[in-house]
Amino acid sequence: MRHKLLQQRFGLMWLGYLVAIFAWYASVKWLPISSFQRLPDPLTVVIEWFNPDPDYGLSVFTVDYYLHIWYSTYRATASFLLAVILGVPLGIMMGWRARVNEYASALLSILRPIPPLAWVPVAILIFPGSEPAVIFVTFLVAFFATTMNTLLGVRSIDSDYFRAAECLGAKPVDILRDIIIPGALPSIFTGLQIAMGAAWFSLVAGEMIAAQYGLGFMILESYNLVQYPTIVIMMVTLGIVGYVSSALIRVVGNRLMRWREQAIGLAEN
Amino acid sequence: MPDTMTVTSQVLEPAADSSLGHLSVRQVNKIYDPHGVHVEALQDCSLEIPAGDFIAVVGPSGCGKSTLLNILAGFDNLTGGQVLLDDEPLATVDHPPRPGPDRVVVFQNGALFPWKTVLQNVVYGLLVQNRMTEPEANEMGMELLAKTGNLDRIAHSYPGQLSSGMQRRVEILRALINNPRILLLDEPFRAMDTVSKTTMHRHLLDIYDQYHKTVFFITHDLDEAIFLADTVVVMTTRPGTIKLRLDVDLPRPRTRETLTSHRFLELKQQAVNAVHEEAKKAFERGERELA
Amino acid sequence: MGQAVSMPGKPSRWRRIKWRGAVSVITFFVLWHAAVVLKLAGFAELPTPIQTLATFFAEYLASPDYWGSWVVSFERVLYGFIIAQILGIPLGLLFGTSPKFRDMFFPVFELLRPIPPLAWVPVSILFWPTNESSIVFITFVGAFFVIVINVFDGVGSIQKEHLWLARSLGATRMTIFRRIMLPSVIPSIAVGMTLGIAITWNVVIAAEMIASDSGLGRMTWEGYVSSTPEVVLIGMISIGLAGYLSSLAVDWLESRMMPWRERR
Repeated sequence: MRHKLLQQRFGLMWLGYLVAIFAWYASVKWLPISSFQRLPDPLTVVIEWFNPDPDYGLSVFTVDYYLHIWYSTYRATASFLLAVILGVPLGIMMGWRARVNEYASALLSILRPIPPLAWVPVAILIFPGSEPAVIFVTFLVAFFATTMNTLLGVRSIDSDYFRAAECLGAKPVDILRDIIIPGALPSIFTGLQIAMGAAWFSLVAGEMIAAQYGLGFMILESYNLVQYPTIVIMMVTLGIVGYVSSALIRVVGNRLMRWREQAIGLAEN
Repeated sequence: MPDTMTVTSQVLEPAADSSLGHLSVRQVNKIYDPHGVHVEALQDCSLEIPAGDFIAVVGPSGCGKSTLLNILAGFDNLTGGQVLLDDEPLATVDHPPRPGPDRVVVFQNGALFPWKTVLQNVVYGLLVQNRMTEPEANEMGMELLAKTGNLDRIAHSYPGQLSSGMQRRVEILRALINNPRILLLDEPFRAMDTVSKTTMHRHLLDIYDQYHKTVFFITHDLDEAIFLADTVVVMTTRPGTIKLRLDVDLPRPRTRETLTSHRFLELKQQAVNAVHEEAKKAFERGERELA
Repeated sequence: MGQAVSMPGKPSRWRRIKWRGAVSVITFFVLWHAAVVLKLAGFAELPTPIQTLATFFAEYLASPDYWGSWVVSFERVLYGFIIAQILGIPLGLLFGTSPKFRDMFFPVFELLRPIPPLAWVPVSILFWPTNESSIVFITFVGAFFVIVINVFDGVGSIQKEHLWLARSLGATRMTIFRRIMLPSVIPSIAVGMTLGIAITWNVVIAAEMIASDSGLGRMTWEGYVSSTPEVVLIGMISIGLAGYLSSLAVDWLESRMMPWRERR
C-alpha cells in the first residue's frame, strides 16, 4: 500500500513537470501575446543545451560551459568557506560571552541593513580588481547569515547542559567542544544552507555587475548578444548548481548529527 | 575552600555509611535584585545535614528550595551567612561557590547530552577531570551500568532513543560515578507518571543503600519525600527558611508496606499540615513562581 | 545562555551594553577615517566619514532628485513585495492543503527556487513591455519564493488537534479554513514578510544597478562610474537606511497582525 502511494506521488511529480514544460512551450509558441513570443521555447533550449556543436557556443559539450560553471563555483565556495571560518567562531563567541556580544552586535546591526549588493561599488573601489570585490560582497552576505544563525544556535542551548557539564568538572575548553559546538550544530547547519543560497544570490548579481566569466555574467552577456536560449541554459544550470551545493551541506550536516536522526526516528515510531 | 580534585580522586565504592558529605547551612540569605525589585528568596535559612543522610526538601512553589540547591551546587552565591562542607567553607559572601564533581546535580528536565551515547555521558566527568584514560573510564562505566539493572545493553544508544525513566537512571549514574560527596536532585521525577516514579524510587533507594552518599532531594510530592528520605524539611513561603524538620524513623530498606504503615501516615499528616499552612500564605499573597 | 546567574551589586546592564557597542562603532569610523588619511591600499580614493557627511548635507539633503530616487526605489519594493504576498500566500496555502496539487507542482517550484532572482533579469526584460515592470517582476521573484515556503511550512505546523476538534464539532471545510488555518498561518506569513523585505531591497538595488536609470541603486552605481566616491557612500548609507525603515514597517505590521505576541 505504501509502495503504491509512493509510486503515485512520483507519477504526479513527473506529471507536474510535464504540465509546466508544456505550458511554457504552449505559451511561447501559440499564445498571440508578443511578450511570450520573445522568449525561447523549451525545445530550442534543450536542443541547444545538448548540441555537440551549439549555435551560440555553449552546451554540455563545450569547454566554455564548464569554464563558467567553474568560475562561479570557485567564487561561491571561496566566499562561503571564508564566511564559515570567520562567522562560526564569531557567532559562537557572541553567543557564549556576553562581552563579545556587546562589542560586536552594535556594529553588526548598523552594517546589516545595508543590502550586500550596495557594497559592490565600494568594494570595487577598495579591492584591486573586480574578482576580489565580487568575492567580498558574496562573502559578506554569507558571513551575516552564518554569524546570526550560529549566535542563535548557541543561545538556544538549554542552560542545564552547561550547568551539568560544569558540575562534572568541565573547563571552558571542554564546554566549547562538548556542549556549545554539538548543541549549536543544528542551527549552524541551517545557517550554512541559508548562507549558501544567499551566496549564490549575491554572486550572480555581483557577476552581472562586475565580472568576466561566470554563470551570472554569462546570463547578462547572452542577453546582450541576443543568444536567448543560452540565457535559459545558464539559468537552469545555476539552479542545479545552487541546489546541489545546498544539498551537499545538508548531507554533511546529517552525517555529523546522526544522534538527531535516531531520536527523530523513535518519535515517528 | 575544599580541594575538590583530590577528594574525588577516590574511586566509587559501595559503603555502608559515609564519612564525607556533611553539609552545614548557616543563616543563609539570598537576595535577588532583578530590575531593581527587591526579592528575598532565602532568609536566615539554617540546616545541618549529617554525612550520608538522605534529605528531602519540600515546600510551596517559590519557597526557595531550588535557590538553596543552586547555592549548594555552585551555580549561584548567597548574600549572607555561609555554607560549610565537611567543616570547610563552601560558600561565603566573599568566596562564591563553584560547581564541581563533589556535588553533582541531576536536573528536573534531564540534562543528558543528546549528542553523546549513554556510555559517553556516564564517563564524561571522569574524562573531563583527567582522572583516568578513556579505556579505563569506559570499563568503569560499563561495569556500573551493568551492575545497576543491566543498563549496559543500552550503553551505545543515544538519550533520544530512551524513555525518560531510563534517561533519569543514566543521569544518576553519570553523577554517581564521580564519587561525589553529595548528590543533588532537583525534582528529578516531577514529569513522570506514577508507575515510572515508583520504579525510579526503587532504583534510587537501591543506589542509596549501596553507596550511602549524602542526597539532597527537592520535590513537591510529600509521599515521595517521606518514602525516600531520612529527614524531611518543609520550607516556608518566600522569604524561605526552615519551617519544620521531620526525622523519618522508618526502617530501611523501604518497601511498599512502608507506604501504608501507621508511622508513615503520622509523618505525612505533620508534613501536610505544615505545607498546607505555607501554601495558603503563598496563595493569599498571589505569588508567582520564582523559579 | 549558559552563564551563572548574575551576582547582585553590579551596575545595570543597559548602561554597559551601550558603552561597549559605542566603542566598536566609533572604532570603526576612526579606522575608516585613518585608512583614508593614511592612503592605505584601496582607501586612497574614498572620502572620510566627515567628508561624506558634509557632501550629504551640502548637496543631497535638499535635492529633489535625491529624494526622487528614494521614492522610485521604494515604489518598486512596494509593488514587488505586495504582489508577492498576494500571489504567494494563496499558493502556499494551496501547497499546504492539497496533497495532489503539492505532489504535482511543488517539485517544479523547488526546481525554480534555487535560481537567484537576478538571473531572471534578461528573461524579465524580454518579457515585460516596460523597464519598470521588468524590475518590479524581479523584485517580486525574490519575495515570492520566500513567502510561499514560509506559508507552506506554516500550514504543516498547524496542530492536528485543532483541526480534529473543529471537525468533531461539525465544522465545514470552509469554516475550518477560514477560522483555523488562516489565523494559524499568520506567524509564518510574518516571518516570510520579514525575510522577504530584506531580499526585496537587495534585489531592487542590484536590478537598478544593472538595468535601470533611476533609483538609489542607480545613483550609487553612477557615483562609481563618474568617479565621485562620496556619492557611492551616500548611496550605500541611504539604501541601508531605506532598508532599515522598511524592516521597521514590516515589524509594525507584524505586531498589528499578531497582537498576542510579546514585545521582544
